[in-house]
Amino acid sequence: MDFKSSELVDADTVVGPRVEDTLPSSATAAVKIVIVGGFGVGKTTLVGSVSEIRPLTTEETMTQAGVGVDDVAGVERKTATTVAMDFGRISINDELVLYLFGTPGQQRFWFLWNGLFRGALGAVVLVDTRRLEVSFDVIGRLEERDVPFVVAMNTFPDAPSYPIDELRTALDLPAHVPIVDCDARKRASSRDVLMTLMRYLHSLAVTPEPS
Amino acid sequence: MSESDQKSDAQEWDEGDPERLYVITRGRSGSTEKAAIDLVTLVVSRSGPMPGMQPEHAAILRLCQSPLSVAEISAYLHLPVSVVTVLVADLLAGERVEARALVPPAQLPDAALIEAVMHGLQKL
Repeated sequence: MDFKSSELVDADTVVGPRVEDTLPSSATAAVKIVIVGGFGVGKTTLVGSVSEIRPLTTEETMTQAGVGVDDVAGVERKTATTVAMDFGRISINDELVLYLFGTPGQQRFWFLWNGLFRGALGAVVLVDTRRLEVSFDVIGRLEERDVPFVVAMNTFPDAPSYPIDELRTALDLPAHVPIVDCDARKRASSRDVLMTLMRYLHSLAVTPEPS
Repeated sequence: MSESDQKSDAQEWDEGDPERLYVITRGRSGSTEKAAIDLVTLVVSRSGPMPGMQPEHAAILRLCQSPLSVAEISAYLHLPVSVVTVLVADLLAGERVEARALVPPAQLPDAALIEAVMHGLQKL
């Protein structure tokens, strides 16, 4: 069979990972953490500051629901959107690899989330105090889906600085959900956010979540 | 949305237009293997590409000489994750690749796994 007409990939020009970005053959397990937040909140910055590879972008193509799937003649007229997601990688040890996915928090992208959150260890909600309203929706959605999360307040020079308690009240977060300050540009700070999430997950694994 | 917006959307969209994606997946939207394939499933080639193979399959086999996640394959090939998932399912069905790392989705992850991740992060 000739598939030439179907080629989306020119095999000779595909650029794969650099040698130093390849995983060892001993890598046998992967886990993921999702970084959620509005546009411009610093998701990709956070991913990039801890990732061992330059953040990569994956895109998903969405055709609008409700268009007849059998209507081949109408294919080119379907309205469609491309949603991009940046991600990075941290090799935890020779066998285990952690992937970090940054995803937009806006409601219109939530339909992407099923596959993204399935099997995820947990999530970081990255908050811009200048636009708290985006975070309300995100937090509500994570709670509905029982995805454990922590909240990280990214430091912007012109953003109002909230005391943690006030932010907790503003976001209506229960006392057991950790909230931390961070500077997503700094590796140590971003690493601390991930550590906060992991300590929280550990506490949930050891003791059941308070109801 | 204005007419000009729609037009520019359509232009941006040329590359990944649904008809072409439909063709390279040969009209399938999935299979039983697909259900087990995640964004972070690590794919490793069992053999090199064969002459006459669909170019997308051959490209995946070349990329996956070392383990590579579905998300990374998608990024390097500039193909949507949903399309890569179908292509990887084909290769799995043909035993051309091995899929690793379907860490079972648990409501609350295992404490030992979390400790391993914490240990790794501390080294950053």
